[in-house]
This record gives sequence, C-alpha cells and structure tokens, in this order.
Amino acid sequence: MRRVVHLRDAVCVLGRFPALAGATLQVDAGEIVLLQGPNGAGKSTLLRLCAGLLPLQSGEAEVLDCDLSTDPRAVRRRVALLGHGVGLYEELTVADNVAFWTAATKTDRGEIDAAIARVGLAGRLAHVEVARLSAGQRRRAALAVLLTRHAEVWLLDEPHAGLDAQGRDLVDHLVATAADAGVTVLVASHDLDRATALADRVATIDGGVVAALGDGARPRRSREELSSAG
Amino acid sequence: MTSIDTGLAQVRTEVEVPRDAPVGTGSRASRILGVVTLVLTAVGLAYSLIISPPDANQSNAGRLLYIHVPSAIVAYVAFGVTALASVMVLWRKTEVWDLIAGASAEIGIVFTSLCLITGMLWGRPIWGVYWTWDARLTTTALLLVLFVGYVALRRALAGTANRAKWCAIAGIVAAIDVPIVHESTNWWVTLHQGQTVRLLGESEIGGSMLFSLLLMMVAGLCGYVWLLLVRFRVGYLAERVDEYAFDEAIAQRRAEAASQQRTAAHPDTPAHRDTPSDRADTHRIATASTSTEVD
Amino acid sequence: MLADAWIIAAKDLRIEWRSRVAFNQLAPFALVVLVLFAFALDSQQTVLAEATPGLLWITILLALVLCVQRTFVTEGAPGLADQLRLSGLDPAGIFLGKTLGVFVQLVALEILTFVGAAILYSTEFGSVGLMICTAVAASVGLAASGSLYGALLLGVRGRETLLPLLLLPVVAPVLIGATSAFQAALGTGDVTLDQAWRWVGLLTAFAVAYLLAGVFAFGPLLEDT
Repeated sequence: MRRVVHLRDAVCVLGRFPALAGATLQVDAGEIVLLQGPNGAGKSTLLRLCAGLLPLQSGEAEVLDCDLSTDPRAVRRRVALLGHGVGLYEELTVADNVAFWTAATKTDRGEIDAAIARVGLAGRLAHVEVARLSAGQRRRAALAVLLTRHAEVWLLDEPHAGLDAQGRDLVDHLVATAADAGVTVLVASHDLDRATALADRVATIDGGVVAALGDGARPRRSREELSSAG
Repeated sequence: MTSIDTGLAQVRTEVEVPRDAPVGTGSRASRILGVVTLVLTAVGLAYSLIISPPDANQSNAGRLLYIHVPSAIVAYVAFGVTALASVMVLWRKTEVWDLIAGASAEIGIVFTSLCLITGMLWGRPIWGVYWTWDARLTTTALLLVLFVGYVALRRALAGTANRAKWCAIAGIVAAIDVPIVHESTNWWVTLHQGQTVRLLGESEIGGSMLFSLLLMMVAGLCGYVWLLLVRFRVGYLAERVDEYAFDEAIAQRRAEAASQQRTAAHPDTPAHRDTPSDRADTHRIATASTSTEVD
Repeated sequence: MLADAWIIAAKDLRIEWRSRVAFNQLAPFALVVLVLFAFALDSQQTVLAEATPGLLWITILLALVLCVQRTFVTEGAPGLADQLRLSGLDPAGIFLGKTLGVFVQLVALEILTFVGAAILYSTEFGSVGLMICTAVAASVGLAASGSLYGALLLGVRGRETLLPLLLLPVVAPVLIGATSAFQAALGTGDVTLDQAWRWVGLLTAFAVAYLLAGVFAFGPLLEDT
C-alpha cells in the first residue's frame, strides 16, 4: 500500500511557539486516521502542515511524495482542508462561492449543482448569502466546496462541530465513501465515539507530539477491501 | 557547553552558546568609532560655530548649514542603506540584512528630522519663511514620513515570523517612490515658481568654511556608522534571546503532555511539580530525539 | 495569470454588486467631502474654481483608502486566506485581479465625483480626452499601490490607521501629477497642455512601476504562518 503521509520528528513553529515538537506519523492510502487530543495539542497544526501551509522547522515531512521541507506548495492543489474557518465569502451565496472555488481550482463547473445537492443545500438555500446561514449550514457549504476539489487527501479539522445529528451522519457518509474510493482522510475531532467508529486508526496528539497510536473501529470488511485495492 | 538555568525548576535545557558570540552592545570596533565620532563632532562644531568666519550674505545663520547639509547627506545615505538592505533580505534571506534595514531606518528618522529642523531654522532669517515647497525640501519631508511609516510597520509586525520579508517589501516599495517624488516635485516647482530656489544661496564656500563643512560631513557619516553598529548589535542580541527561549519552549511543550497525563491519573497531585522520575515519563512518551539537547 | 486575475476581479465585483458598499457608502462619502471643502474654503466660487483639481484628487485619494480597506476586509473572513493558498491561483494573478476590482470602483467614483464637482463648483470641463487619460493612468497607479499595501497589512493589528499612513505618502506623486494635468484640462492655473501630457507620462510610469512591484511581491505576501 502506498504511503501517503510520512512525518518523522516534524517540528512546526507558529511565531515563536513550537506547536509541533517532533511529531511522527505514517498514513497509507485510503486510510481514515482520527487525531484526538486536548485543545492546544497541535492537531490543527499537524493538519495545516500536511496541507503545505506551514513551513517545516526540522524533521521529515512528506505528503503524496512531495517533500514539505523543500517545496510545500506542490502539495496544496492535491489536498483539501476543512478548517475552523469555513473559507467562504460572506457576501456571496452558496452557489456563488462554489462556482468561484471551482473556477479557482479549475475543476469542472458542471459539478457545482451535484456537490451542493450532495450536502443537502439544494433549492432555496443555495441562493442565500453565506452571512445569513447558520453555522451548520456554512459547514455544509464548505463541504460542497471540498467535494469539488477532487483531492487525494482530506484534512478535516473538527468537521462535526456545530452540526446536528443529520449533518454529522452526512460527514461520516462522505468520508466513508471517499475512503472507499481511495482518498486518504485525516480527521481531528472531539466527537470520539462517532469518529472512532469511522476511523481505521486513532492517533493521540499531546504536547505537540504523537503520544500514542491505536486502532479505530471501522468495519473490518472495508479494511480488507482496502488492502486488496492496494 | 554552558547550561542556562531558565528559571523553571523542573526542566533544564543544555544549549550551546558559541564562544565568540557578542555579549554586549559594544565591540572594539564600535568603541573606537564612537570615540572618533565624538572627537570629530567636537572639533567640527568648534570650527563651524566659532573658528570659521561668518558668511558674507547669511551672517551667523549660515552656520546652521554646517549641521543641515551633513545631516541631509546622512539621511539619504540611511535611506539608501535601508533600500539596499531590503533588497538583500529578499535575495539572501538572512536575518542580518533585516536588522540593518531596521536600524538604518530608525537612525534615518533622527537625521532627517535634524535636517528638516535646521533647514527651517535657517530658512526663517534667510528667506523669511519657515518652509518652502522646493523639490529637495519636499522630498526630504516625504522621506521622513516614509521612514516613520516603515518603522511603524516594523513595530506592528514585531514578533511575527514573516516580518523581515514584509518589511523588506514595504521598504522597496517606498524606495521606488522617492525618485518619483523628487522628479515630480521638481517639475511641479519649476511649473509654479519659474525657477528652483537654491538652498545654499549665491555665496561661494572656501577655506576654513569648506573645511568645517567637510569635517562635519565626515563626523556625520562616522556617527551614522557608529549608531548603525550599536543598533544592529542590540537587534541581533534580541533575536538571540528569542532563539534560546525557543529551545526551552520545546521542552516545556513536551512536558505539557507528561503533566496532563499525571493530572489525569492522580487528580490530587499538583500538576506543576515535576520530579526526576516524571522526566523519565517525558522521555518515554516523547518520540525520538530532536536536534535540541534535552537532558 | 491573467485568467486568474479575471476570476478574482469578477468575484470582487460580484461582491460589490451584492453588497453595494461602494454605491451606498463610498459615493456619498465622496460627495460629502466635496461639500465640506466648499464649507472650509470659500462659498464664493473663486477659490473653489481654482482649487477644484486638487480638491477632486484629494477626495479620490481618501476614497481610495476606504476602498482598499473594504476590498481586503472581504478577504479577511476566517479560513479564506488558507483556501486561497490551497486553490493554486497564481499570486500575481490575485494581485492583478484585486487591482482591477479597485480600479473599476475608483473609476466609477471618479465619474461621480467629477459630475458632482461640475455641479457644486461650477467647473467647466475643457479637454475631456486629457481628463480621461489622466484619470485612467492615475487610477491604475492608485489601485496597484493600494492593493499592494492592503495585502501587506492583511491581518496586522492597527491596520486601519497604518494603511493611510503608509499609502498616502506613497501616492503623493499621483496627486501632484493628476492635479497638474487637470489644471490644464480645466483651464485653471498656468499649466499648458504640453506639460499636462508630460504629467500623464509620469502617472503612467508610476502605474507601471507599482504594477510590476505588486506582481513580484504578491507571492511572498500571500505566504503566512
């Protein structure tokens, strides 16, 4: 199986603060890895590092065979990040936002409606300004944008936060479907029961390092399909 | 190797301090230069204010020019250094050039203000007005504002990682502007006043007056270099302090994990007391060694 | 690069279309400034008539500061900067797109302001061709330098007061050039038409210099930790 994420003793600095103080993690293609840990442990930083947004201070970091210490920008177009901030223009509607981001990432514009429909915002809501949507609806809109990127790696920073049960089911469904199709997913979440059931492995982040690694509770059948797909 | 006691009882950091690292803001070079500057300035002032004869047309007010002209030259040298250092920051990407750019800008503010104030004090008895809109004065006034803006930006960005790069860009952008301003005010003035006003008037300078002027110019330049050296060292040492603090910050960050675990396991134990056995826990939990030495 | 610029500019203009900030707030602001100048100077039209070119362009400069603030506030929504970096858009293209957006809004404001001055100050417009060339050249320079500083200050504390302090001194040559050229176009002052076209040349040089500076500097500016 192909190694998609390779971190060894990665140190990442925010201003003067070592947010990641030597993290080591290996993730293979098609895996779903849950990152859990207390607030301020470095989960968001790890995700942003893998997106190629943060410079690597020391150690090794490779995502999709791109060396993040020399050229972090090469990997950006191939990943998708769902951060704390949804990354949408407040004054534009959902449809406008998805249209803009598909144009920016040069993906096929015909998929806009399909993506909006998949996250359950089709119809009236698609033409409402983002500023007037609830937090959960904004998260769904951000998911629609994420779907249109066709990324090989998904980096989700607390995707369940602010969503109702239906929304959380949607996130789980999208993640599971993507992983079955070969997408690698790293999820940081505080909703441990739900996320552990979803994940192949669980990594505990604490004090800027990967403190422990364990198994998730994803159904075994999917993992076997995974290893045979290679 | 020296051991720096960071004041945290539970974590000791071994940090390597280079043997010849600067430990003060004065070096032999800067001390010599400082003395030279003082001597030159004293002698120069003596010549300017006392020994040289008063100017035929401008009488004693002309003596202000001995300060005004050298400070103008230093102001523009400082500006040139800041602009050049900004380019070097983007090209070579070392911290040294960023510190030079910042130091030069701060010193530039001092000399530009000095130039403008002496200019105004000189202008009042000679022209009858404190200010006039000729090309050189206007450009110098704008130079002051650009310097102030640049330093304000450095202060606002203090502590952020990309400060050097952004200030360098701001510095270069402002630098592009100065020749444009000079050219445009030149045109503008010839347009409206018919001829440029000559700063030095019609008199010729010779003999001891020329000597005083040259002396003050050299004194000014020495003063600039001396201040630049000292200010640079202050900036350099400040950066080093931050760097040493970083290594201890890494260790402290990893210790967070240990203390969190202990608090979870033994809720009645105070979280901030770490004994040597707990440091062993830190090592077990932390992954392989990093480049910093944590004992 | 140019395709990316067009995407960004279209997005900015669509935001403006939906929120109407320039229309609802900047345009009235410009008119208020014109009226305030009249109060401050001379209601008898003689001083105002002579000073019109300068007053017009000071008004535009003040509106520029607000316009730049506005266009970069929309980029400040949480998570947007990250998504822009991930999108693969050429940073030079983003700069040109923002510049184009500001340029369009500036030109619209200028048309409004000139018409307002014609009414309030009773100015007579002479050489319209010269006015248009001056306005276009000046606006490109203003938009480019404004976008450069607006991006520089994105996320910096105290940016509301830093932006005018940094931007206005830098665009002083534009003020001198545009004012002088307008003095020729409007027939006030003693600038000949020949000299006015030299000023337009200076404005063009300024615009080119800052467009190039922005294209090269925007890449590093977009990177942030």
